[in-house]
Amino acid sequence: MAKRVKFKLNGTEVEADEGRLVIDAAKDAGVEIPHYCYHPALGNPGNCRMCIVEVAGAPKPQVSCRLPVKEGLDVKSDSPAAKRAQASALELHLVNHPLDCPVCDQSGECGLQDYYMKIGRYQSQVREDKQHKGKRVEAGPHVMLDQERCILCTRCTRFVDDVTKTHELGIFRRGHTEAVELTPGKVLDNDYSGNVVDICPVGALTDRDFRYQVRVWYLDKTDSVCPGCSRGCNISIHTNTKRTWHNQGHRVARLKPRHSEVNGYWMCDEGRYGYRPLDEGRLGKVLRLTPERAELSWEAAAVELAARLKDGGSKGLAVAASGMLSNEDWAALKDLFPAAKLYFTAEPDQVGAEDALLKRREKVPNLKGAEALGLKSGSFDDLAKDLESGKVSGLWIVERDLTKVWGAERAKALIGKAGFSVFQGPNKGGTGELASYRLPATAYAEETGRFTNFEGRVQEYRKALDPIGSARPDHEIFGLVKAALTGAALEAAA
Amino acid sequence: MAMTEGTGPAAPVMGKGSMTVRVVERPKRTFATQIFLIEVWKGLGVTFRHLFVNLARHALRALGITGQPGAVTIQYPEDPAVLGKRARTRHRLLKREDGAPRCTACLLCETICPAKCIRITAENAPDAMVEKRAKTFDIDLGMCIFCGYCAEACPVDAIHMDANEVEISSYSRKDMIWNMAELLGDAPKVPGGTA
Repeated sequence: MAKRVKFKLNGTEVEADEGRLVIDAAKDAGVEIPHYCYHPALGNPGNCRMCIVEVAGAPKPQVSCRLPVKEGLDVKSDSPAAKRAQASALELHLVNHPLDCPVCDQSGECGLQDYYMKIGRYQSQVREDKQHKGKRVEAGPHVMLDQERCILCTRCTRFVDDVTKTHELGIFRRGHTEAVELTPGKVLDNDYSGNVVDICPVGALTDRDFRYQVRVWYLDKTDSVCPGCSRGCNISIHTNTKRTWHNQGHRVARLKPRHSEVNGYWMCDEGRYGYRPLDEGRLGKVLRLTPERAELSWEAAAVELAARLKDGGSKGLAVAASGMLSNEDWAALKDLFPAAKLYFTAEPDQVGAEDALLKRREKVPNLKGAEALGLKSGSFDDLAKDLESGKVSGLWIVERDLTKVWGAERAKALIGKAGFSVFQGPNKGGTGELASYRLPATAYAEETGRFTNFEGRVQEYRKALDPIGSARPDHEIFGLVKAALTGAALEAAA
Repeated sequence: MAMTEGTGPAAPVMGKGSMTVRVVERPKRTFATQIFLIEVWKGLGVTFRHLFVNLARHALRALGITGQPGAVTIQYPEDPAVLGKRARTRHRLLKREDGAPRCTACLLCETICPAKCIRITAENAPDAMVEKRAKTFDIDLGMCIFCGYCAEACPVDAIHMDANEVEISSYSRKDMIWNMAELLGDAPKVPGGTA
């Protein structure tokens, strides 16, 4: 426990841990000191000179990102002298900045724009031509580099040096030709390359996936949790729903990491660009496919399915689920199918590479949630055997594409052997055509729920989009069928 | 914002900033104003002044004494509409010297448009120094309110409202949408066309 000391910030007395950086202590106290190079996770080289403050007794202004708090320190970040120093630093950053904000993807969330509006010197004193450097350099599969826009804060090079330790980027040459460049022979293609776009305070590093898709001020932002693996990184879903002609008609424009204890400031590229399948082959209608194809209302479907469940009894019932279910869904599933055999382990379809930083082996977010409820999974091989021998009277598939587990041909043959089968999920996938009933469920971005990550941490994700068609969250569907089974009023369950 | 004009006594007003207020005294109600008759006669005076001045002007012009006509009703559409030099008319997209559209698809016009009648999608421009250009640029003139904000917002002088065209009606809502080639003047606007 560090010693608490008192120091003066802009004339008011503030308490902070001794030795804490003034820039952090000020942030805790609600005072934002402008900065570019300083990043809590990447250190404080002090090269951007933006966080400059006036310190009583010091002959010159100091950079607050390298100034530790001590008893009796008197710091002013908004005095005329400090503001003048900050404005001068910003002016230097802008000497060679191309000011191509209209075509820059960063504009709207750019550090230069923000601080220019706050503390800028609105009269340019530059009489020289701007230095020209590389435009539109493809740094890697996900990142586009514009050397002209760069202010050489070195956040990106520190990220590839300290966090991923892959060293793809570096600062080369000096003076006015100094620039961020790829290390010779390397491409910025590590598993976390998208993060350099987030940490870049200007438009030097932009996302190729997001490039020219939609301007940032059209986006709505919703707090969520990445469903890409069992880490459960905190993310923000950026959606474009009001101007549908942008972003090629896709609703989700991009995912950005949110700072949390789980993931720090980062997220992996797999998760970041993993939102694309969200709107592929979406289901919106409640359908009976066999014996005769018909569109049903939710109530009619619940009554029919309840009858089927009573028929076959829940004895021979098997439920194939996946770790995509929220805690609420698991609880409702347990409630509806107390005696059914459950299968939800991560088979090769949901297993991938893991690493020491964030990525986990199971590529679904919530297997731990099922475990916490005491649900036990059988192996999919056993399920296949049971189906083969005709032991399964009914098969209920929840958000799992069995064609990816067993292969298309085998899955078709096996599902056909069940007495009746239900597919419930947001995307059609390969299994959507094989079951006898098809129920549309909401995707994670369309519902509010909780995932339990591999550490057992329960995290809430929020509804960012409206459901498609008549899709409903899984737990609501389970509740509806349960109500039909017990004869309760269906409206109350819905 | 401080109001600088006005000569009346300035009084400080509670609230944010330092706003000065000019106090204007209400005109007193008197018998002369309350019977209204005086004002009615004044108004009729204006009407008759215009009548006789115009009558005189028309008469002088008919006799060939002066060339200046009196105020007349324009026989539109038989006679063409006379537009002021700065009239805001149909939009026009401009080109660079090399013939490429000036528009860089920054979407500022689309953003500021209060009627939301502009729809732009962007793509990479072949020239890296230009960076970005419009792939499609549609204006729904059926929704446009001709406020001129788009021309004002444009940082590259790519959109003007000076095509001097006001006759842009059509038989369908779809035909009110002009695409990029039509706005650039590269393709004529054909009813039932491609837009």
